[in-house]
Amino acid sequence: MRHLAAFPILALAVILQSAIVSRISLLSGYADLVLVIVIGWALQEGVTTAWHWAVLAGAMTAVVTSLPWVVPLAGFLIAVLLAQALQKRIWQAPLIGMFTVTFAASLFSHLLSFVVINLSGASIPFSDTFSLVTLPSVLLNLLLAIPVFWLMRDLAQWVHPIEEEE
Amino acid sequence: MRDLLSRSLQATIIFLVVGGILALAFGGYFSSASNWFTGMIVDTQSWFSTRYLAIQDFLAAPRDVTSLRQRNAELESEVAALRAQVIELSERASQVNTLAALVDYSRANPESSYIAADVIGRDPSPFLHYIIINRGSNDGILRGMPVVTDQGLVGRVDAVIADAARIQLITDPLSAVNVRLQNSEVEAVLSGSITGDLSLNLIPQDVTLEDGDLVLTSGLGGGYPTDLIIGQVINIRKREADLFQQASVQPVVDFSRLSIVLVITNFRPVNIEPLIPAVTP
Repeated sequence: MRHLAAFPILALAVILQSAIVSRISLLSGYADLVLVIVIGWALQEGVTTAWHWAVLAGAMTAVVTSLPWVVPLAGFLIAVLLAQALQKRIWQAPLIGMFTVTFAASLFSHLLSFVVINLSGASIPFSDTFSLVTLPSVLLNLLLAIPVFWLMRDLAQWVHPIEEEE
Repeated sequence: MRDLLSRSLQATIIFLVVGGILALAFGGYFSSASNWFTGMIVDTQSWFSTRYLAIQDFLAAPRDVTSLRQRNAELESEVAALRAQVIELSERASQVNTLAALVDYSRANPESSYIAADVIGRDPSPFLHYIIINRGSNDGILRGMPVVTDQGLVGRVDAVIADAARIQLITDPLSAVNVRLQNSEVEAVLSGSITGDLSLNLIPQDVTLEDGDLVLTSGLGGGYPTDLIIGQVINIRKREADLFQQASVQPVVDFSRLSIVLVITNFRPVNIEPLIPAVTP
């Protein structure tokens, strides 16, 4: 039953993202709370539902955003893929993993959005997008990464309590 | 008998002496002596009084500090409550001002009917400029309806659900609005950008643009009503090699501080796409 915590947590994250985080901008970028939460969750030890969280987060974000639903979904799935690939390699330094995956997944998510919007007919220059949107957003995501990681760690311990050996 | 007389005489003498002394004192004959005496008494009393009060303060001080601290906490709590009240009231005053301005706007433009809506969110993607309002199809909102504030054009309804709608701002990179310049009666296309800047495109080279020219909706294309204010021309880019000149537009609406908007409900956008001839290779 504790796995169902994903629903209220991700719903709350999407609401907070739309109502608050999207209004706190640095240049023209802002943080992606949902993405950071999904990454934070995927990097926790013993978590088996990271893919579920990614799909759920993608579905919920698709309701709010006007981007095609594939874009946020693909962003979250890639984030989980990166997190799980990296978790096995640097499991002793989870914060470094958090920063690395946040950085890479944010870049990928923005690159995907950039491509899709350009294909939709808008002509947005790459240099402006990178310097005014992507870099500030990545910086804000990295700032969010630390508190979110510890929150997700507590949540993971609650959802997957470690069984004591007898 | 002799004892009685001697006692009466003694009492009379005492009364006379005391009475005489008092009479002399009231007459001012003992002023220096009485001043010295009075001063000595006052000094002595002051000395005792000061010491007593000091001792009383010393003994009563802890109780006073406790009560003062308690009182201070009460006052701090009251100040905090009043500050919260001030913030709430200023928020309400700001909301009332905004609503009053919107009411003034709707009175000044009686040809349109409006529904006011609160802005409750923004698009999670920084690449897009959309807002979410708390009115939807249950309130009669339909896709394509224009959205304004008392200052000017905001955008149009892009998607609607029962109790909410998503508005595409004119600053969105995928937004294009047909506009005209009030002074020169020139028509152009206003485009948004990823940074939220507005630019005028497709302005013929022979047109003379000036800073401060007012930009209004032209109504061409059927997407927006005519003569909605958008902003002013602020930066003109004219190069001989280009087919068209460009200009930046300073919007009249502060898109970063949108809190309440008006949806024009009696405007039905016209879809002219079927009328545009298909390009054949």
